[in-house]
Amino acid sequence: MRAHRGSIIRNIDWISIIIYLILIIAGWINIYAAVYDENHQSIFDISMRYGKQLIWISAAVFIASVLLIIDSKFYSAFSYIIYGLSMASLIGVLITGIVSHGAQSWFQIGNIRLQPAEFAKMATALALAQYISRDSFSFKNTKDFILCFVIISIPVILIMLQPDVGSALVYSSLIIMFYREGLNGIWLLFFSTLIFLFILSLIISQTVLIIIIVILTIIIYRINTYKFKQTAYAIAAAVIIGLLSYGILYFSDYSININYIVFFAALTYGFTGFVIAIFKRNKTLRIFASIMILAVLYVMLVNYFYNNILKEHQQHRISEVLGIETDPLGTGYNVNQSKIAIGSGGFGGKGFLNGTQTKYNFVPEQDTDFIFCTIGEEWGFVGAFLVLLTFLVLILRIIWLAERQRSVFSRVYGYSLAVVFFFHVIINIGMTIGIMPVIGIPLPFFSYGGSSLWAFTIFLFIFLRLDANRLEIFR
Amino acid sequence: MDIYNRRKYLIIAIIIAVFVLIVLRLIQLQIFDPTYKIYADNNSQRRIIQYPPRGLMYDRNGKLLVCNQIAYDLMIIPRQMSSFDTTSFLKDMQIDKNDFLERLQKAKQYSYYRPSEFYKQMSKEQYAYFQEHLYKYHGFYVQARSLREYPIAIAAHIVGDVGEVNTEMINNDKYYTIGDYAGKSGIELTFEKYLRGEKGVKIYLVDVHNRIQGSYMNGEYDTLAIPGKNLELSIDANLQEYGEILMRNKIGSIVAIEPSSGEILAMVSSPTYDPNLMVGRQRGYNYDSLLNHKDLPLYNRAVTAAYPPGSIFKMAMALIGLQEQVISEYTSLPCDKNLVGCHGHPPNSNLMRAIQYSCNPYFYVVGKRIIQQGKETSIFRDSRIGLEIWKKNIVSLGFEQKFEIGIPSVYTGFIPGPDYYDKIYGKHRWAYSTIYSLSIGQGEVLVTPLQMANFTAIIANRGFYYMPHLVKKIDDKLVEAKYRQKIITPFEKDCFEPLVEGMYAAVNEDFGTGGLARVKGLDICGKTGTAQNPHGEDHSIFIAFAPKENPKIAIAVYVENAGFGGVWAAPIASVMIEKYLTDTVTNKWSEKRILDANLIENESTQR
Repeated sequence: MRAHRGSIIRNIDWISIIIYLILIIAGWINIYAAVYDENHQSIFDISMRYGKQLIWISAAVFIASVLLIIDSKFYSAFSYIIYGLSMASLIGVLITGIVSHGAQSWFQIGNIRLQPAEFAKMATALALAQYISRDSFSFKNTKDFILCFVIISIPVILIMLQPDVGSALVYSSLIIMFYREGLNGIWLLFFSTLIFLFILSLIISQTVLIIIIVILTIIIYRINTYKFKQTAYAIAAAVIIGLLSYGILYFSDYSININYIVFFAALTYGFTGFVIAIFKRNKTLRIFASIMILAVLYVMLVNYFYNNILKEHQQHRISEVLGIETDPLGTGYNVNQSKIAIGSGGFGGKGFLNGTQTKYNFVPEQDTDFIFCTIGEEWGFVGAFLVLLTFLVLILRIIWLAERQRSVFSRVYGYSLAVVFFFHVIINIGMTIGIMPVIGIPLPFFSYGGSSLWAFTIFLFIFLRLDANRLEIFR
Repeated sequence: MDIYNRRKYLIIAIIIAVFVLIVLRLIQLQIFDPTYKIYADNNSQRRIIQYPPRGLMYDRNGKLLVCNQIAYDLMIIPRQMSSFDTTSFLKDMQIDKNDFLERLQKAKQYSYYRPSEFYKQMSKEQYAYFQEHLYKYHGFYVQARSLREYPIAIAAHIVGDVGEVNTEMINNDKYYTIGDYAGKSGIELTFEKYLRGEKGVKIYLVDVHNRIQGSYMNGEYDTLAIPGKNLELSIDANLQEYGEILMRNKIGSIVAIEPSSGEILAMVSSPTYDPNLMVGRQRGYNYDSLLNHKDLPLYNRAVTAAYPPGSIFKMAMALIGLQEQVISEYTSLPCDKNLVGCHGHPPNSNLMRAIQYSCNPYFYVVGKRIIQQGKETSIFRDSRIGLEIWKKNIVSLGFEQKFEIGIPSVYTGFIPGPDYYDKIYGKHRWAYSTIYSLSIGQGEVLVTPLQMANFTAIIANRGFYYMPHLVKKIDDKLVEAKYRQKIITPFEKDCFEPLVEGMYAAVNEDFGTGGLARVKGLDICGKTGTAQNPHGEDHSIFIAFAPKENPKIAIAVYVENAGFGGVWAAPIASVMIEKYLTDTVTNKWSEKRILDANLIENESTQR
């Protein structure tokens, strides 16, 4: 194959680049609208955020050009090194970073603040691409399976330590990429169940949920074996164990709440079933008992995590979305304001710079995490829909490009880009319209700030560079 | 090769489904739901915090002790500011330009879009001006707050004061935001959660001229401020005020307790200060000058000062002696001045007389019998066992115990035990002869005036007490049950009778040490104490209760550097008791003598 400069111009996916340019320019204009100030009307005024964003954008375009020039083999050859450096930067920020919004996430260099967590996504994608593209790789191989999760866990843990739960959650989207690369669909089901149980255990009382789990397990198991009489015995046994535990704990000196009683009763019951299964060599019963024990433990852990580990504001954000509590003046205030801004935009919007809600009401973070409010208010449903459509087209385009790659490396990387991008867009927009919890992650190319813009630019353009060489690399 | 190729369809389907979901939500929000459009024309909202009135405090007779006055803060939201006539602003606010810029900078540093105080506690003139001209100054508004006011300027140490919260408090309790006020000391601090109430919020819509247009969503999101709960204190304001007047120009304290309930009727710590000094803009200055005053007026001597109890401790020795059966109420001992010094008095024919005369050698021997009971042959081992018993008994009388009376920093005092003396003299190297001064309330023993008053209440009750406390009711609900629980001491009821008789005789019979406390018809029972003070004149101490049967008041008076207990502390206790029981003072001579005395100067000339 030929590899000269002309081939890049010809082979590069111009559609993606055009969508990229549309998004960053639309983003810039929106920041102007969001922080519009009559005293500083020039969009080029660098004392204002829109002026500063122009500098970030120019730098991003420059970075993009440089990335297109670098040989695509560089990325696969240096993927682990880039990953290592990125992890080092995450450790560095925990030591020398500055604290803002309650998290130690930023390096301050002169007037510039950089958030290494933004860049870590790209680095992790490179490392995963490199690892998964090995010839012998298979998700059926336990070692490979574990290592993939280790590669993800390192940045997740480091980012959690900042703590920036939002940025850490982004990595969960990579499971979709794993699925594409051969991860058993059971795992997708497993993780969805985990999320489903997580939500359930916060909505329903722990005790009720554990009882439901126990009864469901009994019923499903017994229906499986068509022994209805024994179902009644099993339920009776569960009730007796429950009452016994209650009695023991009630007459002990400690004041113990009902949650613990049910929890221990369910565990006792599960372990009893498990032991019986071993003696009777009943594999089905063993599996059912294990699943039940794990589910009960998980529900308990979720409750513990929610009550003891999450900070109060994080609890509120989750419970707000789940509808457990509504507090329009506290946690719900931002979202309520955000919904008013978007809702008041109506079908056609109020017009450019006429968005009064975002300007005077100070939807907090209106130019960063809540930038979508300005779009919704000033451009209405039409504008919001177009922005969503553009994002969707870009994501589908990336998937399409990923699918046409001949090298596994490029495909894995492309899919990682697509799912991370997808996660950012739906979580961010979902949060502004009140269907996702408020976790502070930016809307790519729209939110103000250099780190996010640069990181996504690099993420995207490395892929476009790989794509331009798709015919050359056989790995 | 790529066997999972077909999985892309599911992934694409998921992605499209999620986007469709978001679009559906947008349609609902932007096209079908009218609620949000109603506010399309409104420019902005302003959340105004509604500060609840802080709970009031009343005395036991319903007399108002602490109430609120209103003050106005000028608030600023820098983001909403626009250009205005700064010259007239400066003129009307009476601040100069640098001050203005500094305040503005501070507000901006805090937040651009959250309100912060620009100017705290405006004068009435400033407030009047601002109400008129507020429309000219975008980004400014006036916030009403309540400050404390003390109609009767008494009990400063008890009620405590209120001040602005610091960053630490804001971090620890999400209720507070910058500029809020909270209790800083005394009952204001301990009962903060009850007194503060619950903040409310009112959301207004304001137009571009910053004028309020009406409430947002018809007040659907407004919350009412819930007023703080009122407290009824156990204090009797008249008695407290009288006590503070009596203690002027004296250093020391008075604690009076109602024995049948543990309610503290008066708790005077002198010198005291006017609580109104701790309010408003001058608080900082006044606080500093009080803090640096040589007589430490901020220091609540009634609960934090620990003194040697002097001869009133003989009562405790007598109790333990009777309980341990090393003496009986008929025990007669000679006044042997070779053991320890004493003053001239008739012979101690029994325990009652010894108390009446406050005979030192008598109690020296009682102490010896308690500490060295002869359970071991070695006097060192024996003393160790005896002191252990002694300490256990003393502690059961409330000494070295922390009373949660409703104000912070209550001191426990100190009662030495065997371990303490082991540390000083070495194990088995001390005996009664080393530590005998305990028996007459000197030496290492330290007790607070509150504990002395509580001890008096125990004697008055013949063997039990209630945890002393300052707050009776919170919004008409009785305080915690722990204050209503009878605490019974291990002493037999019979042990108390000779003590009571001795105290009665000390005041009402000839040769008693507390004759100056005598009031006809009131049956005051009292005991003098004089604590040796290495720094100057002795401290004058008196404990008393009255009437003898069904006592209504138990009191402890401690006057620093005032000499013998019968001279100053006894008459003060006497007029306090009379004032409380009869609401008048018949002994005008004694009252005048007390009021005229300046015992602080005495001390300073001596030094």
